[in-house]
Amino acid sequence: MAQKAIREADGKRMMARLLKEYSGGKYSVEDKYVTVGPDTDLAKLPNQYKWLTKEKLVVKPDQLIKRRGKNKLILVGADWEQAKKWIKEKSKGPITIYGKFDEKGKPTDKGTVGNLTHFIVEPMVPHKETDECYIAIMSTKEGDQILFYHQGGVNVGDIDAKASRLNVTAGDLPTPAEIEKALLQKVPAGRRKLVAGFIEALFKFYADLNYAYLEINPIVVTEKAVIPLDLAAKLDNTGEFESGKKWGQISFPAPFGRNPSKEEAYIEDLDSQTGASLKLTILNPEGRVWTMVAGGGASVIYADTITDLGFMSEMANYGEYSGDPNEDYTYLYAKTILDLMTRKKNPKGKVLLIGGGIANFTDVANTFKGIIKALKEFQKPLQENKVKIYVRRGGPNYQEGLRQMRELGEKLGVPIEVFGPETHMTKIVSMALKGGK
Amino acid sequence: MAKAKSVKKAAAKPAAKKNPNELFDRNTQSFIYNNQVNATQRMLDFDYASGRELPSVAAIINPTGGDSFSKFFFGRREILIPMYKTIEKAAKMHPNVDVMINFASFRSAAPSTEEALAIPQIRTVVIIAEGVPERRMKLVTAKAKKLGKMIIGPATVGGIKAGCFKIGNTGGTIDNIIDSKLHRPGSVGFVSKSGGLSNEAYNIIARNTDGLYEGIAIGGDMYPGSTLLDHLLRFEKIPEIKMLVCLGEVGGSGEYDIVEALKTKKITKPLVMWVTGTCSKAFKTEVQFGHAGAKAGSEAETADAKNAALKKAGAVVPNSYDDYDQKIKATYESLVRKGVIKPKPEPPTPKVPMDYAKAVKEGIIRKPANFICTISDDRGEELMYGTLPISEAFKKDIGIGGVLSILWFKRQFPKYAAKFIEMAVMVTADHGPAVSGAHNTIVATRAGKDLISSVVSGMLTIGPRFGGAVDGAAQMFSDAYDRGLTPEQFVEEMKKKGVNIQGIGHLVKSIHNPDMRVTVIKEFAQKNFKATPLLDYALEVEKITTSKRDNLILNVDGCIGICFVDMLRNEMPKAEADDYIRMGALNGLFVLGRTIGMMGHHLDQKRLKQPLYRHPWDDIAYMIE
Repeated sequence: MAQKAIREADGKRMMARLLKEYSGGKYSVEDKYVTVGPDTDLAKLPNQYKWLTKEKLVVKPDQLIKRRGKNKLILVGADWEQAKKWIKEKSKGPITIYGKFDEKGKPTDKGTVGNLTHFIVEPMVPHKETDECYIAIMSTKEGDQILFYHQGGVNVGDIDAKASRLNVTAGDLPTPAEIEKALLQKVPAGRRKLVAGFIEALFKFYADLNYAYLEINPIVVTEKAVIPLDLAAKLDNTGEFESGKKWGQISFPAPFGRNPSKEEAYIEDLDSQTGASLKLTILNPEGRVWTMVAGGGASVIYADTITDLGFMSEMANYGEYSGDPNEDYTYLYAKTILDLMTRKKNPKGKVLLIGGGIANFTDVANTFKGIIKALKEFQKPLQENKVKIYVRRGGPNYQEGLRQMRELGEKLGVPIEVFGPETHMTKIVSMALKGGK
Repeated sequence: MAKAKSVKKAAAKPAAKKNPNELFDRNTQSFIYNNQVNATQRMLDFDYASGRELPSVAAIINPTGGDSFSKFFFGRREILIPMYKTIEKAAKMHPNVDVMINFASFRSAAPSTEEALAIPQIRTVVIIAEGVPERRMKLVTAKAKKLGKMIIGPATVGGIKAGCFKIGNTGGTIDNIIDSKLHRPGSVGFVSKSGGLSNEAYNIIARNTDGLYEGIAIGGDMYPGSTLLDHLLRFEKIPEIKMLVCLGEVGGSGEYDIVEALKTKKITKPLVMWVTGTCSKAFKTEVQFGHAGAKAGSEAETADAKNAALKKAGAVVPNSYDDYDQKIKATYESLVRKGVIKPKPEPPTPKVPMDYAKAVKEGIIRKPANFICTISDDRGEELMYGTLPISEAFKKDIGIGGVLSILWFKRQFPKYAAKFIEMAVMVTADHGPAVSGAHNTIVATRAGKDLISSVVSGMLTIGPRFGGAVDGAAQMFSDAYDRGLTPEQFVEEMKKKGVNIQGIGHLVKSIHNPDMRVTVIKEFAQKNFKATPLLDYALEVEKITTSKRDNLILNVDGCIGICFVDMLRNEMPKAEADDYIRMGALNGLFVLGRTIGMMGHHLDQKRLKQPLYRHPWDDIAYMIE
């Protein structure tokens, strides 16, 4: 539940569908956007979208990627045959996308590796580069802020420093006059009214649909029309119950380069089945330090402490279970982690941290039941992999939960050290990693 | 309920000068929006442990119900807490209340909070729900600011002022409240985003200082109604608070406002602070941790950058959460050395009675049960008949006979026996409208009575003269057989006693005109039962009686009863089978079967819209002399 990025095509389609309504019929965006995904039949697309074979096209990956221009991932002015070829070529294998560039356009960071799977295809809009502007609306603590700059495009530069800004208090709507005064002073006078009206409508659209971020760069502005070219947006997904119908069929894709492994996808699936929360990110499958921590806040702190103590490279996973998952879910969650951590032996042995703070109302003994069941099942692999287990937890019925863990340690033939609230929450991290008490 | 008293109204006290930075005191009362039974009880337990006289919950707003009362414990005593449909009415009834703890869902949290803010007496609203739209929350926050009111949350467990006031589920169970010394005030002001970690922090504070004064969890949202800084500034102006402890989080810029406040000396009390999320550098792509706001959008929003800035501005920042407790301890001890904090003697630990359910769960008390049941269990995931889950009953197709055998005789009979039971039910289901059971049912139905009354009216005629023969025959024949009487001796004995043999004789049927029902049952028993000694015996008796008169046959009641005894004796020890017959199992069989017919007659009469029945005069011989 948070601000979530959406695909460019979804955002543009939403504008095409609704901007007319929010501008009292004055502005409209033509609905000529096609999403090409891994299952799209390229051969059949022109039957549905006749313009694909009649107009010059622009093709871009549509996966929340920033700086597509600098990464040379925009195909401009192609015909449909060229577009298809380009899409096929780009989606062949993993590519690296860079986030930072020097003045000569050379990448300056390590980049993110991933696969291109989704593209947006749209008609090319012939325009003069001097007509390109920049606009963004973003959520702030007090309300929203509109940023505008009379130039735009790939080389717009440090927009934070350059742009004019208009702060809008929560619940207010800016008038065209306010917009003109605050944002459009550098726009040729003949175009101001048109742009101001567009921004007024765009803000209504943004606010009413629970957008948290909407950036259009460039946006083409002439005497006659305002045309969005590249769009990036985030929705506040908690607004779904208010705006979901207007959003239509949209998805919240994972960021580029985050390709969930089989196990991560499995836990994501489990998570979606229950009201509780189950999360798993594998950082280094060969790492020696594995965690299974209760609580969103505590799980971050355990990962922090491993990092702070200098064992970041050994940290195998980040994960949490919280919101009182039942025995079946904790069992399946624990099993997944135990399976992952016992696949490849390490001569130095491995460590499993079953950590957590002091629960407010989760019954500790209950949540341990599923974990204990999984540990019993993995008795042999745990022994073979020389796994040492450290437990720390507090909260309702914790004495019973800890007692069961201690008892299990004696039976299992796997060392299990058990601690309660009298021991600082993260002490088990240093005990496990440094051997100190 | 006799002792349950209504909640005391706050005594009108002369208004003491209050510190406007304090949100709660020992007389603060609140409304709970939405009927949260556990949270309310936990608050009242805290009140009792803290020695409060006035419950901290004055009323519950139950928007989906009407005005009523709800019963809670206050220590060992039970009290009634009123429930109202609207905040407005609750406010009118309880003018002293200035806090609302809002358990509304993410859909209605914003409108209900706005409603509460509009009521002048409400100063503080706590929003528990997670997932309130950010845009709505900003409007609510702006409104609260304008009115000078405090919002805590959303997406929080709330907070606690030690020994004074506890919000909802904060601090967990009463054991934890007492372990973390939250029932009496200390000198530390704490604020964090996370509710779970605040509970952990209270434990750390209890172990390393003289305890918590007040702790607030502002909630994990991007735009909380009040910020870390808002509360730190409040704590700064509360003289009883001597040191500040804060837990920040990766993402957002709230921590830089604290840096600024440290630099401009708006915060002067020692502040121990740590920002979590230093691990985010271990992730390849942007991660969203559990909280909506926990995401670093820029370098400045990372935990490392924030921790460094805080340290530079003068906060006590540990190297890691791992030595957070040590920094808190050191800061506290230095304040004691300087004489800023003078440790107070620990008051006696209060004892709050444990809930019965919890004590049972922990196995520390026991109580003899008032009822015992050995035949079925509805507590688990699936209904159990004996040891058989109901789904298995269908999978194995055990039929009504199989179900009956489990529920009546605590064992699953083999197929033949189950089938026999079903045949008995089929055969006894009805015997036409003229017999007393059906007749009474019909008369009652026609008097306009409902199904149950009509059927009961018929059923009450079942006894020694009607339907009782099944049981009577079984008892009489088995008694004779077991005593070793020959059929001749048995018939002779009954004749001497002048008693009709139960199960023998029929009004119209005879040896030459056999009752088909008897034939069917008899043949089934002879073919399928392991042994039929009592039936064989009865047939010998029938030979003797029919030789006297040809309608003195073994009738259907007798045949069922006698075969049933044979069947039971096949399937269980004789003594046990005799017990069941003595307990009335055979009457049960007749009642079960015949109920089907009586219901049929009831429905039949209703369907035919039959009027009230009045017996004709000419059918009654009036003989009043």
